[in-house]
Amino acid sequence: MKESQCILSVEDLVVAFNMYEKGFKKKDLEVIHKLSLEVNRGEIIAVVGSSGSGKSLLAHAVLNLLPKNAKVSGNISYKGKTLDAKVCDKILGREIAFIPQSVDYLDPLMKVEKQVRGIFSTKERVHQFFNRYGLGEDTGQKYPFQLSGGMARRVLISSAVIQNPELIIADEPTPGLNIEMAMETLNHFRELADAGTAVLMITHDIDLALQVADRIAVFYAGTIVESAPTADFLAGKEALRHPYSKAFIEALPQNEFKPLAGTQPYAGNLPTGCLFADRCAHRSENCIKDVAMRTVRGGDVRCTHAT
Amino acid sequence: MQLKAENVCFRYNEKTPWILKDVSLTIEEGERVAIVGPSGYGKSTLARLLAGYKRPSSGSILLDEKHLPMQGYNPVQMIYQHPELAVNPRWKMGQILNEAWHPDRELLIEMGIEESWMTRWPQELSGGELQRFCIARALGPETKYLICDEITTMLDVITQAQIWNLLLDVSKKRKLGLLVITHNIALANKVCTRVIDLPKINRIDRIK
Repeated sequence: MKESQCILSVEDLVVAFNMYEKGFKKKDLEVIHKLSLEVNRGEIIAVVGSSGSGKSLLAHAVLNLLPKNAKVSGNISYKGKTLDAKVCDKILGREIAFIPQSVDYLDPLMKVEKQVRGIFSTKERVHQFFNRYGLGEDTGQKYPFQLSGGMARRVLISSAVIQNPELIIADEPTPGLNIEMAMETLNHFRELADAGTAVLMITHDIDLALQVADRIAVFYAGTIVESAPTADFLAGKEALRHPYSKAFIEALPQNEFKPLAGTQPYAGNLPTGCLFADRCAHRSENCIKDVAMRTVRGGDVRCTHAT
Repeated sequence: MQLKAENVCFRYNEKTPWILKDVSLTIEEGERVAIVGPSGYGKSTLARLLAGYKRPSSGSILLDEKHLPMQGYNPVQMIYQHPELAVNPRWKMGQILNEAWHPDRELLIEMGIEESWMTRWPQELSGGELQRFCIARALGPETKYLICDEITTMLDVITQAQIWNLLLDVSKKRKLGLLVITHNIALANKVCTRVIDLPKINRIDRIK
């Protein structure tokens, strides 16, 4: 990949929270470990994975939105420049757009048209986008509490895409939407991506993600265990590399609907070496050692057994 | 045993529009029924009516040809989409689990609930783990019907499969009737024996 193509690059990101353990004793709880990810121009990357594995934290870390007790290390760069608080201030909402997970992120005391319009856009443009997302003429004059969940979601999406951003970070953009509207949203992302935008999309809806994404990254216990082209996920578990992503595909109701025993390890009590080892059928002594990311058949995987 | 809704109509008060009108359905013993439909068509309202949390404006909800009991244990139990909102944040997990009945150890092992979780607070468990507690506490010996309102929507697919396989086992073993509300058609077809499209049986003209 050429350097200029890379819009967002995350290298060795570690996020830890400093929290009270007992009384005044404090400890660091590491929730994201050594994570690397690249999003290129014109590419949609879908991030899927288990609940509570730190998917949303990744988005918040990139956008400098983490609370004060978070410690972030590693490199996050946007178009080759380090993305620090200063740069973030300048380009957030202009070049980088964020679609938050919860509709609570809307200002409850401001009519939505004004919120979507922001400082740089026009009324006409707002109406154009509301139209596209099936929001009525009168929606703009409503307050967030007057909107249903699906409408609020569409308002959030319109406010993010209205500036024609170069990078969209979407945290669960589709729940609460019916299938047609969800598909319309994702197709819009695809259109923007084809025009050169980079999209990082965090989602639970793997079926939908499969239809538009270029690459899919699978999260488990705070790190990426596999990152591979979408075609491999469509081809089924044989084409995949990591045992967790295989289990993930197998567990879909349209496939075998087969569960995997056990639970994701708690961030305060992680095993050494491979994080997935205690649920893995191929576990061996090698799994206790540190497992590095390596490339297998055109995809990156964090497993010593992957072939 | 039968859980039956007969011409159920519901609205919040005289000024608001009807949410459900003349809805009738029957769930036989041990039957697994899915209810699907777009958001805002009254799926969750119907679930609450069937579980006895709300009274219909007209029509009736009958269990074995009798009204739902207003006292004592309700054989129709409900599980919600957000387990973190369905537990008392000031109670420890052990107390939450044993509120209505005392699940035996075998059930807990089957459900993957660990002994060490009992002394934790709800905020110290993940959504999938909490949801298991919510299911276990609703599976008392007198429970005949379980109403599942989008219970796995916010969980990843592996946890989703874990929870559903478990519920299917229990339902088959105990002839438990299930009413499943979901947006996921693939899931509905996999889990249920019958799928009901709510807009088709709900006779309201205007939909928001």
